[in-house]
Amino acid sequence: MPAYNTIAFHADRCDGCGKCMIACAQAKSASDSPRRARLEVLADDAGRFELTMCRQCADPECVQSCPAAALAKNAATGVIEWDHDKCIDCLLCTVGCSFAGIALDEAAGHVVKCDQCGGDPACVRACKPGALEYLTMARIYDEAGSLEDLFVQGLSACQGCNTELIMRHTLRRVGPDTVVAAPPGCVPGMGAVGYNGLTGTKVPVFHPLLTNTAPMLAGLKRVYKRKGRQVTALALAGDGGAADVGFQSLSGAAERGEEILFLVIDNEGYMNTGMQRSSCTPYGAWTTTTPVGRESHGKSQDAKNLPLLMVGHRCAYVATASTAFMADFYLKLDRALQASKTGFAYLHVYSPCTTGWRFPSKKNIEVARKAVESNFVLLWEYTPAAGLRLTRSVDDPVPLSEYLVALGKYRHLTPEQVAHLEQHIAENVAAIKRHALAEAAAPPASTRPGISSAGALQGPPASQA
Amino acid sequence: MEQTHYLIAGASHAALAAMHAIRLVDADGSLTVIGRDRELPYSPTLLPYVVSGRTDPQRAFLRDHEYFTRARAAYRCGHALVRIDPANRVAELDDGSRLRFDKLLLATGARPVIPPIPGLDAVPYHVLRTLEDALRLRAQLPQTRRAIVLGAGLVGMHAAENLSKGGARVTIVEQQQQVLPGYFDAQAARIIARAFERADVTIRTGARALAIEAAAGGVTLRLADGSAVSGDLLLISAGVTPVIDFLADTPIQCDRGVVVDATMQTSVERIWAAGDVAQAASFYGAHPVLNGILPNAVEQGRIAGMAMAGDRALEGFRGAVPLNTYSYYGQHAVSVGSGAAPPGAEVVESSDAESARYLKIILDEGRLHGIFAINTPIDPGVMWQMVRRRLDLSAVRDRFLAQPRTMGRLLMSSLLR
Ligand SMILES: Cc1cc2nc3c(=O)[nH]c(=O)nc-3n(C[C@H](O)[C@H](O)[C@H](O)COP(=O)(O)OP(=O)(O)OC[C@H]3O[C@@H](n4cnc5c(N)ncnc54)[C@H](O)[C@@H]3O)c2cc1C
Repeated sequence: MPAYNTIAFHADRCDGCGKCMIACAQAKSASDSPRRARLEVLADDAGRFELTMCRQCADPECVQSCPAAALAKNAATGVIEWDHDKCIDCLLCTVGCSFAGIALDEAAGHVVKCDQCGGDPACVRACKPGALEYLTMARIYDEAGSLEDLFVQGLSACQGCNTELIMRHTLRRVGPDTVVAAPPGCVPGMGAVGYNGLTGTKVPVFHPLLTNTAPMLAGLKRVYKRKGRQVTALALAGDGGAADVGFQSLSGAAERGEEILFLVIDNEGYMNTGMQRSSCTPYGAWTTTTPVGRESHGKSQDAKNLPLLMVGHRCAYVATASTAFMADFYLKLDRALQASKTGFAYLHVYSPCTTGWRFPSKKNIEVARKAVESNFVLLWEYTPAAGLRLTRSVDDPVPLSEYLVALGKYRHLTPEQVAHLEQHIAENVAAIKRHALAEAAAPPASTRPGISSAGALQGPPASQA
Repeated sequence: MEQTHYLIAGASHAALAAMHAIRLVDADGSLTVIGRDRELPYSPTLLPYVVSGRTDPQRAFLRDHEYFTRARAAYRCGHALVRIDPANRVAELDDGSRLRFDKLLLATGARPVIPPIPGLDAVPYHVLRTLEDALRLRAQLPQTRRAIVLGAGLVGMHAAENLSKGGARVTIVEQQQQVLPGYFDAQAARIIARAFERADVTIRTGARALAIEAAAGGVTLRLADGSAVSGDLLLISAGVTPVIDFLADTPIQCDRGVVVDATMQTSVERIWAAGDVAQAASFYGAHPVLNGILPNAVEQGRIAGMAMAGDRALEGFRGAVPLNTYSYYGQHAVSVGSGAAPPGAEVVESSDAESARYLKIILDEGRLHGIFAINTPIDPGVMWQMVRRRLDLSAVRDRFLAQPRTMGRLLMSSLLR
């Protein structure tokens, strides 16, 4: 059975403006009256909001209650469809539904229900605070779930490792026609490049130096291209290699527009070799080279904003992602993959490290989520044509303390250090917003080349060398 | 002898809900559905629209053959169950074939009651329960100028409206003092009756039929008050009774219907009953009741299916709740729960004859006992849940009484988030 897209309601973000209902009434009933909408937002006495809308049940009671075969669940989309021609207006479906998801529209004289507007719900588009969200995670299960995992089983990552999750998802999506560069770090450390003459992947993989990952990969890509083979050149590098000693060659490859997909797994340090600091380690963080004691109180410099530096290279595509937001991650992976066919694509994925950051392994995704929700990590994407765009709102973050408290590496922080971090985050947010604002002042993305109205990158025709 | 693990007698709402529930947990156990009608499964509720021509029955089947194939179930239509031997678990069909079953569901529904009115057996009359009935009635419609509908229950009212829309002058004859007794009180019934009268349908309530005679080109119905009603078409819609004739000589306990427990099992192990044929616990009283409505058939069918397949998520039947959604002449009436207010209950009623709006709410110890609405939007499914969960509404009483729909939606949305 396939998974389905769904409209989610985040009551905490709802301000009760009612624009969703008006948008629905306009789209479905050519009316401005919220009474004609197929969803209803209601406030209780305490001012909390509830949503009434069809839940597109997996085992729909309305369908079983229909004597006229006028309701049926569409197996492909999951939407419960209503057939006006067959309906006899008996209203028995409204008896079957416990959620008032299908109800009589008195003005229309028949029942109405949400049909998700065929995949582009008007209510979601109208919801500025983001309380209504159209979740397309189902695509990951339905499409990516059927793809082959191109890493072997039994890699020896730490328990609860986020990096293993990232690389398995990435390679299964990027596919078998790929050559992987895995410079020193956790990726080869857990066995991805293999042991004793056997590789840990089912695709060609090699182990460059920290310093020459990008140029080696670029060279291989050029050879494949010259031979007329369509191969994706994929780097799975750590933040240390990319931001520190490998930065020069990364910068050069980006500047030359090499057609590679460079994915950086950012676990904020050299975790594989014993948790040393990197230039991506945040201010105040404990590492073995920024210890906590009488003299030292964790790292005394701020983290380098590597993805923003890559924007400075005007790469074909730059984005940040997190495994706590998989639908977003997959969308960006698709776009990066597409962009890498004609230029340099850079994807920066945050990877909380249970071992090096000191938190229970079962909390990994929660930590990843809190990092984003507190604005410690910002999710955005960039193309030269469309500029920089936040893919998740940075307004109304949760308090930073909710993120910091989860991690052993920040346990020692003084209020001054927390204030420093907060200041740094505020500057980060301001910088990204400046980029995004410059973008908003430009003509809308849909009118610019390379970006369709849905925001998807249109792949320019593959150029042949 | 042919064997089947699950045998379902009947192919309508209760039967299909049971089959669906079985297949959710047991994808492979052999399953056979037998239906007396020759067609694919259809709903009796649809039939008035077949009569009026609004519905093409060929497009309104509840399932297609492919459904049964995919579910790996045998659908045997055009066969009636005529006998069962519970001890040996053998069912006999009207073609003489015999089937051995492990588990049997009786979902044979109900058939029209033919009242013992002298002379009725000597005149032609119609009933409306099967597709055949509906097509016969439909064929008669063009020749019909004056129709008599005997009985103002749901079937009679639906049929009367559709006969009238088909061009006939219709008279409804009802023994009780109001139409739709059991679902609406007298005042609500009057509002509904008015819509019929406005459409030139004559309604004779409190009218007892004494005798029926053949008359030129039709029949004449003699009433207890001395008057008579004549027509060229007579529809008997005087209620229904469970189809249980094939249970004679079995130890399966029957009262008015097949008596079942909270899992829809009959008094005999491995045999269940659900829907119009079953007599199950009432939500409101100790005595088991018949509850011949579609939502009840679906719910009981599902419970029976879950019990038959050993589904551990099974929750027992909480008791039959009267439920009715009734659309007539573009108007809408809804009733959920019991209209019999217990002593001490709070009854809040408002109506407006002008707009034909009506609302009655009965609260018993702060809980919803019943709600009845005409042309007043409420969500019946939400109200049903509130009744059966015995939701305590004391804290929100005022708002609920003022805005039952809004409050109901709020409560259910937060409860079932
Ligand atoms: C005209 C009309 C209007 C109605 N309107 C409404 C309404 O508005 N709302 C509402 O809630 N309900 C309404 N009902 C009632 C509703 O249709 C029934 O409650 C519902 O169909 C019951 O489902 P069931 O599966 O128990 O039985 P049924 O639908 O009666 O099905 C019985 C099945 O058993 C089969 N069968 C019978 N005898 C045998 C046998 N011996 N062997 C094998 N198979 C057999 C039949 O072929 C049929 O498939 C209406 C009914 C009618 C007739």
